[in-house]
Amino acid sequence: MLPIIFVLPLLQLVILSNAATFEVKNIKFGYVDNDRTTTSRALTEKFTASTYFNVLTNFTSLNKASAAMLKGEIDVVLEIPNHFERDLQKEKYNNLGVTINAIDGAAAGVENVYITQIIQRFNQNLKVNLVQIPDQQIQPINIKTIPLFWYNETLNYKTFMVPGILVLLVTMITLFLSGMNIVREKEIGTLEQINVTPIKKSQFIVGKLFPFWVIGIGLLTIGLILAKVIFNIPMIGSLLLMYLYTSIYIFVVLGIGLFISNFTETQQQAMFISWFFVVVFILMSGLFTPIESMPKWAQLITEFNPIKYFVEVMRMVMLKGSGFLDILPQLLKTALYAFVINGLAVWSYKKTN
Amino acid sequence: MSINISNISKSYKKVKALQNISFKVETGELFGLIGPDGAGKTTLFRILTTLLIANKGTAKVAGFDVVSDYKNIRNSVGYMPGKFSLYQDLTIEENLEFFATIFGTTVEENYDLIKDIYMQIEPFKTRRAGKLSGGMKQKLALCCALIHKPKVLFLDEPTTGVDPVSRKEFWEMLKRLQQKNITILVSTPYMDEAALCDRIALIQNGKILEIDTPEAIVKHNPNQIYNVSADNMYKLINSLKTYKHNHSVYPFGEFVHYTDRRTDFNPKALKVYLESQNLSNIHINKTVATIEDTFMELAK
Repeated sequence: MLPIIFVLPLLQLVILSNAATFEVKNIKFGYVDNDRTTTSRALTEKFTASTYFNVLTNFTSLNKASAAMLKGEIDVVLEIPNHFERDLQKEKYNNLGVTINAIDGAAAGVENVYITQIIQRFNQNLKVNLVQIPDQQIQPINIKTIPLFWYNETLNYKTFMVPGILVLLVTMITLFLSGMNIVREKEIGTLEQINVTPIKKSQFIVGKLFPFWVIGIGLLTIGLILAKVIFNIPMIGSLLLMYLYTSIYIFVVLGIGLFISNFTETQQQAMFISWFFVVVFILMSGLFTPIESMPKWAQLITEFNPIKYFVEVMRMVMLKGSGFLDILPQLLKTALYAFVINGLAVWSYKKTN
Repeated sequence: MSINISNISKSYKKVKALQNISFKVETGELFGLIGPDGAGKTTLFRILTTLLIANKGTAKVAGFDVVSDYKNIRNSVGYMPGKFSLYQDLTIEENLEFFATIFGTTVEENYDLIKDIYMQIEPFKTRRAGKLSGGMKQKLALCCALIHKPKVLFLDEPTTGVDPVSRKEFWEMLKRLQQKNITILVSTPYMDEAALCDRIALIQNGKILEIDTPEAIVKHNPNQIYNVSADNMYKLINSLKTYKHNHSVYPFGEFVHYTDRRTDFNPKALKVYLESQNLSNIHINKTVATIEDTFMELAK
């Protein structure tokens, strides 16, 4: 069992960190060029040049392009209208049709941004080329933004995914193990034998949970080493602080696990309930989707999500180098959470029924 | 007085597991709780070992109330559940030490109490409990239940699923423990084991049918029992069951135990009837009632 507990999560860390990316690459791109001029060709060449797009086909009509999208052969269709070049020169204005397959909404959003960027860049070059009258009274004013990505300058997704995934592993393993553990004793019957002994509730529970606490800390350690060695994740903040927070955090998870096992009779039930909570916690943790974009009520729920705090703290400490005072709010909330949930768990554990 | 139960009732939703159970067990007595599966034996054990709280009634074990003084009871009783419930992935030695530690004692301190039993499993002390045979598991469980020198020992169906030789050995061990002044309450579905107890309580459907010594209980049986045998057992039972004067018909080993409703029963009349049913080689003999016969009679 012990090798399984350690090997599988770490395998997961390596696989997920390489796979769970928000970058959309290899977009299957098709276009309908009704204009067939140098300008329209220049535009499509921009897409060919981009590493994000695989330009597949030049469709002769929009209908054919739509049919191809229906079959899943292409993700994006760009339609260049008739007289694109002529109208652009005459009226300094034109419209392009862009159709995006939005079955995967997140990918569609990213694709839209890419396309807009390429067209905007093309647009600026175009102005230089086409607007040749120098005595224009109104010069086009361009506001240019130069973004600086602090704490993750190259916007390397691994830098912020690895700490998050590490959080998931520590949480999942400790929750499942603790959730199943006491139920297992109920199933086998050993709990009955223990219950007639004079052992105190608190002694029994500490004895049951401490090994999982150690396993959780062990997983964090190995995960951090892998993060450094394989992914070269910056660790700016204090390791000690990370361990301090994690050691309190694991108590929350263990308390939840214990609470679950008090109210279930079989390992199957415990597994099912643990899964339910883990999935809700993960998807609402801000790891994959930003909490800011959730509806108000969902944001309120995330206040009770321990994973959210852990993800925040790990990212803050590892990437930003936050100190003790910076993470104090999260630390206090987690400590309160740990206190309440463990109190409930010990209270609801009954030696008699 | 080691165990004093008065008017205990317990029901699970609609099922009445125990109804108004009352009896007393003297210190140093070997008391048997005899009844079929589902009679309420385990429920009563769980109440007495403070694992379950009764709906009604009070019970005292070793002088402590099972509800208000449960902590003291846990220190002074040993409980061996019907299902083997020691840690299967600990060895014999580890299990014993684990339970000794939980009870705040050491194996050495009470070794003389378990010595006779432990010596039999000692050669396998490094083997995991899950890998032991049924009889060895029972011995280990008994050792663990005795390690803190309990005043009262609860054994819930200790011999169910154990081979006849181990069963016999197990009862001999109980007899020896009794001499060390430990009160033993044991439950069993086997009627033949009942005769080995000092006193027994027959229990069925959550009610006590009778409490007395095994000898006295047998004497309470009002009917004369006959051993009937013939060459075709199945046909014999069917024929006896259709005989209009029958009171009870139970197969009992190679015989059928038969009782008649009439006071002036003549075996010869029965033999004539059975012969008319095409049975041959018929033997009808008087026999003494056993606890099983008495239980069947009372449970009717």
